[in-house]
Amino acid sequence: MRLRAQKLTIAIGARVLCRDLTLELAAGELWGVLGCNGSGKTSLLHSLAGLTPASGGAITVDDRPLANYARRELGRSLGILLQREDQEFWGSVRDYVTLGRYPHARSLFGWHADDEAAVESALAAYELTALAAQTYVTLSGGERQRARLAQLWAQNPPLMLLDEPLQHLDLRHQLATLRLLRAATREAGAAAALVLHDLAFAGRCDRILMLYGDGRHATGTAAELLQEERLEELYGCRVRAFGDGADAHFIPVI
Amino acid sequence: MSRAPLIVGLALIAAGSVFVALLFGSLALTTAQVFDAIVRPASGVAADVVWQLRLPRVLAAFACGGLLATAGVLLQVLLRNPLADPYILGISGGAALGALTAVLAGAGVAGGNLAALAGALGAIALVFGLSFRAGDWNLHRLLLTGVVLSAGFTAIISLLLTLAPQAQLRGMLFWLMGDLSHAEASGTAWIVLGGVVAAFTLWSGSLNALALGALKARALGVAVGGLQSALYFGAAVATVAAVLLGGSIGFVGIMVPHALRLAGVNDHRWLLPASALVGGSFVTLADTFARTVWAPQQLPVGVFTALLGVPVLLFLLARRP
Repeated sequence: MRLRAQKLTIAIGARVLCRDLTLELAAGELWGVLGCNGSGKTSLLHSLAGLTPASGGAITVDDRPLANYARRELGRSLGILLQREDQEFWGSVRDYVTLGRYPHARSLFGWHADDEAAVESALAAYELTALAAQTYVTLSGGERQRARLAQLWAQNPPLMLLDEPLQHLDLRHQLATLRLLRAATREAGAAAALVLHDLAFAGRCDRILMLYGDGRHATGTAAELLQEERLEELYGCRVRAFGDGADAHFIPVI
Repeated sequence: MSRAPLIVGLALIAAGSVFVALLFGSLALTTAQVFDAIVRPASGVAADVVWQLRLPRVLAAFACGGLLATAGVLLQVLLRNPLADPYILGISGGAALGALTAVLAGAGVAGGNLAALAGALGAIALVFGLSFRAGDWNLHRLLLTGVVLSAGFTAIISLLLTLAPQAQLRGMLFWLMGDLSHAEASGTAWIVLGGVVAAFTLWSGSLNALALGALKARALGVAVGGLQSALYFGAAVATVAAVLLGGSIGFVGIMVPHALRLAGVNDHRWLLPASALVGGSFVTLADTFARTVWAPQQLPVGVFTALLGVPVLLFLLARRP
């Protein structure tokens, strides 16, 4: 599947965060979205998911405008990991992950075998099987983040938008999550866009979108955009690169 | 997890509460007599008492409790506020204002009910109209509009009570506290109860998703706008049906759903029917107390729902962190 934005403009009040952005999220691609705090990364993801209307431009999924999709139908094609969830959930971790199957539900009562299989594989993928019966609210911050990722995994949409998927995760789970996303895009033909602040992981993305927060933006491959000068301009601080290519590391100069 | 055994258990408790309610009253009947009267409806004085005096009132009490508990569940999902109860949106205030005005004007029971219905529908339309504008469904505005409107109704009701002649004051106070002594024809209330519980139980998947927040629910594929409107009107209809039957019986709508949630029932597929059963049983038993404790004097059932409800909820709150 393919998510396409054409001449997308996102403004909050009088402030234009992103002007005339055209991008295509095609099957097999992993995108990294970079930008300062408040540069419009979350607003962009919400608009691409159809949660909040953009100020201008068109968004299509497989050449059909988002507005022409019923919400449930869209939920089978496109999923989003929100950065924050304000609501407490009082059921078990398995109940929570199972809600990801909502757009796939075919009967009013109970779940089919493939729903249950999707939930179990999502729990296993994020190492939550042992915690599955536990109440969601008793989980730690990182465990909750994994449960949220597992819910998206159970939803299993071919198009995924993830707002800071690596937040709260320890190093091993950051790596595991990135590997799962790589496998989903390279092997299963999904497409994903991740909002990231970690440049080491951004280097593993196929393509990068930089949002400057004043309407300007840049797209290109990781090799093209992950350069000292570009990052200094984006983040407004001095940056030094160590190493080359996909293994390059960027350290802020103190 | 299947909670079917829980529903069966609660249905048995509900049947038990109805039986206990039929057992007690001004005429002393034995268990065997009540049993006999139920099986053979036309078998003498005991059967007449059970079928014509007690059963209508017991059925009304049960429907009332079920409706209030159901409305509580729906509003707690809609407003995502654990303190939401069926009266928070001013519906009972509007109904009370209508009913008390009718009492003051000397209208009979039918006129009073009609006025209460008009008041409730007026309040529903006003709250919805003020908080839902051009597709922008702001829940904070909905909640605040309801609370502000309720406060306004309370002020006018206090004024009416102050101005009311002594003879009518007692009936008005009973109406405000929740009173089932005039409740008889509960057919409509039962239809509303069955319809609302069935409809939203079928919709329980969407309710579970909405409990995570509107944005999250939309991301999962829930048509949030339509669901929220349905919740509002479903809760409103249930509240109106309950208020017309028994006045403002407090505490059921907030206590029953919470007690069940604290007991571990979170899935709305089970929470809704369970709430209807527990709410119904609870008000049925409370009304039995209200009828018999001070007999022949009848007390307002609302006093007992609160007296029984407060310790139960405090116990449940203390039990879990």
